Amino acid sequence: MTMKISEDKFKERVQKGIDNSFMRGAVAGAQERMGTRRQDATDELGNWEEWRALGEEIRQHVLENLDFYLEQLSENVASRGGHVFFAQTAEQANEYIQAVVKQKNAKKVVKSKSMVTEEISLNSALQNAGCEVIETDLGEYILQVDDHDPPSHIVVPALHKNKEQIRNVFAEKLGYQKTSKPEELALHARQKLREEFLSADVGITGCNFAVAETGSFSLVTNEGNADLVTALPKTQITVMGMERLVPTFEEMEVLVSLLTRSSVGQKLTSYITVLTGPREELESDGPEEFHLVIVDNGRSSILGGEFQSVLQCIRCAACINVCPVYRQVGGHSYGSIYSGPIGAVLSPLLGGYDEFKELPYATTLCGACTEVCPVKIPLHQLLHKHRQVIVEEEGKAPFAEKIAMAAFGMGASSPALYKLGTKFVPSAMSPFTEGDTITKGPGPLKLWTDSRNFPAPNKERFRDWFKNREKGGAK
Amino acid sequence: MKVTLFATCIVDLFQGNVGKATVELLERLGCEVEFPESQVCCGQPSYNSGYVNKTKDAMKKMIDTFIDAEYVVSPSGSCAYMFHEYQHIFKGDPIWEPKAKKLAEKTYELTQFIVDVLKIEDVGARFDATVTYHTSCHMTRLLGVKEAPMKLLKNVQGLKFTELPGKEQCCGFGGTFAVKMAQISEQMVDEKVMHVAETGAEYLIGADAACLMNIGGRIERHGKPIKVMHIAEVLNSR
Repeated sequence: MTMKISEDKFKERVQKGIDNSFMRGAVAGAQERMGTRRQDATDELGNWEEWRALGEEIRQHVLENLDFYLEQLSENVASRGGHVFFAQTAEQANEYIQAVVKQKNAKKVVKSKSMVTEEISLNSALQNAGCEVIETDLGEYILQVDDHDPPSHIVVPALHKNKEQIRNVFAEKLGYQKTSKPEELALHARQKLREEFLSADVGITGCNFAVAETGSFSLVTNEGNADLVTALPKTQITVMGMERLVPTFEEMEVLVSLLTRSSVGQKLTSYITVLTGPREELESDGPEEFHLVIVDNGRSSILGGEFQSVLQCIRCAACINVCPVYRQVGGHSYGSIYSGPIGAVLSPLLGGYDEFKELPYATTLCGACTEVCPVKIPLHQLLHKHRQVIVEEEGKAPFAEKIAMAAFGMGASSPALYKLGTKFVPSAMSPFTEGDTITKGPGPLKLWTDSRNFPAPNKERFRDWFKNREKGGAK
Repeated sequence: MKVTLFATCIVDLFQGNVGKATVELLERLGCEVEFPESQVCCGQPSYNSGYVNKTKDAMKKMIDTFIDAEYVVSPSGSCAYMFHEYQHIFKGDPIWEPKAKKLAEKTYELTQFIVDVLKIEDVGARFDATVTYHTSCHMTRLLGVKEAPMKLLKNVQGLKFTELPGKEQCCGFGGTFAVKMAQISEQMVDEKVMHVAETGAEYLIGADAACLMNIGGRIERHGKPIKVMHIAEVLNSR
């Protein structure tokens, strides 16, 4: 499956993340900066909750009427002279794009940042078709130069690298000889990328929101690279997840505002580009040929089910930026190109439980993600729903846990059994108890006491104290 | 006013002092407290692990135990929230959904009950120490109780309050998460303990025994001189 970024087991990935103290420092710092900026940008509106409600309503409306809007979008793209291809699978999307590239006899493709093309592994498909692929978003470019290091964040893909590491990558791979000053590094990348833009045959972009009414699509960026990807090459291919559209510009405006404020704490990003079809007469730039590839890749099977709300996502990463688990382990630990809370919900749906069954457990269900989501996806509830599906439908829970939970369910549902069972807890635990604390617990408790003390059970249960007190009448 | 105490299993077995302080405090504020013997656990450990259907019997027992109470009060934001969650779990069930709704309407976390129902913000407590406060996730985000503990602590004589940096960060408990994802949980609680130590407070106060058990257990393991106390015990100090 193409979303997968590692062959390591979950616990090994997590341990690598935990041991990477530089990455953790970078993530914690970024979470604090982005968290503060997000808060300021949303407070500034004065009625953020109304904005969220509107965002949710728009996204739900689109999902409920997805067939209608997809058809409207396709018709309007076609009437402007664009080509539309609906890909049910990643393979179909890649085959179509390979065919276009071959037909154009293209040798070089420039790309702007796109998660859906990561999801379908488009880059390796293009390389197999004999094409050179250049990522032009600075973060993606750094990762590509560094032997295709996978992204660790859906908005800030190279979050896990610092400027020294980037300098070393540039020095080793590009012959860069200057300092680690961000301006110098960026300038170097910029000079390299200018040459690529000018010599590319095909430009490939993702899509933040397509507008059904006009057949347009929008790109929200801060670097301006997407403008060059769409302006210079003669052929342009835009790849979008099938749910990423809005009815009209009016709804797009709302969602762009929710996106930029939630994502990077900006009122607007430096560039918000809206493009409609290929270059027309009298237009001075833009592609001669335009292809829109709409990707399903598992999305239609989420529609109509109990996880439908995850398709409301506008990929802002606000949930990742507040997640206390992501904070400790970083993006690569998730083993998927989609990390953090949204990744933990989405990856098992698109990539299957076999690959990603641990992810719904990598959460304390603290609800921080749900609280910030600008389109009100109940993320922590969906994570919980995954757990329910895993144990009740997939039957994938560990045997020992099943037994423990069955015993718990029995004990907790019978007051008599509960009372009897809990009465013997202190004596059962006494071999492990020193004073009023347990430092080396048995069974699963050991996992707790490996790092923390556990309180010894009280000799007198609270319920016994209460009963005795009532009997004695002492108040 | 008659209050039916939902003590929670953690308090019943491990934190009896929290239960005692809750009873004494509520009585001092003029409430008559009862403790139904048939109460068990709210079911959160297995429910949150995904065993929704296997937990329903326990939830039904709890609903029946508390359904006729005037007010249900719990010294735990997370467990009180679980009572509010029942109505969603039984959604569409003609018998249990209405019952669960009725239960949710009268269930309060302790500080929420004192401030919102009893309309008391000064309980006449005295506690001479510097304290910081951990805002538990379920209590603040899911139950929506943010201000009540602060209002009550502000009026405690002798108490010096110092804000906990990164207070909105989860402590890493998360029920079975603490053992299932022990390696991640340890990192989370370590950061929490580091922040608590930064405040220089003598006491860490909280309104959820489970979070306190987690943070306190790590503080103890590190041998740090910070004591952990439930807000009921602080409010019951004179």
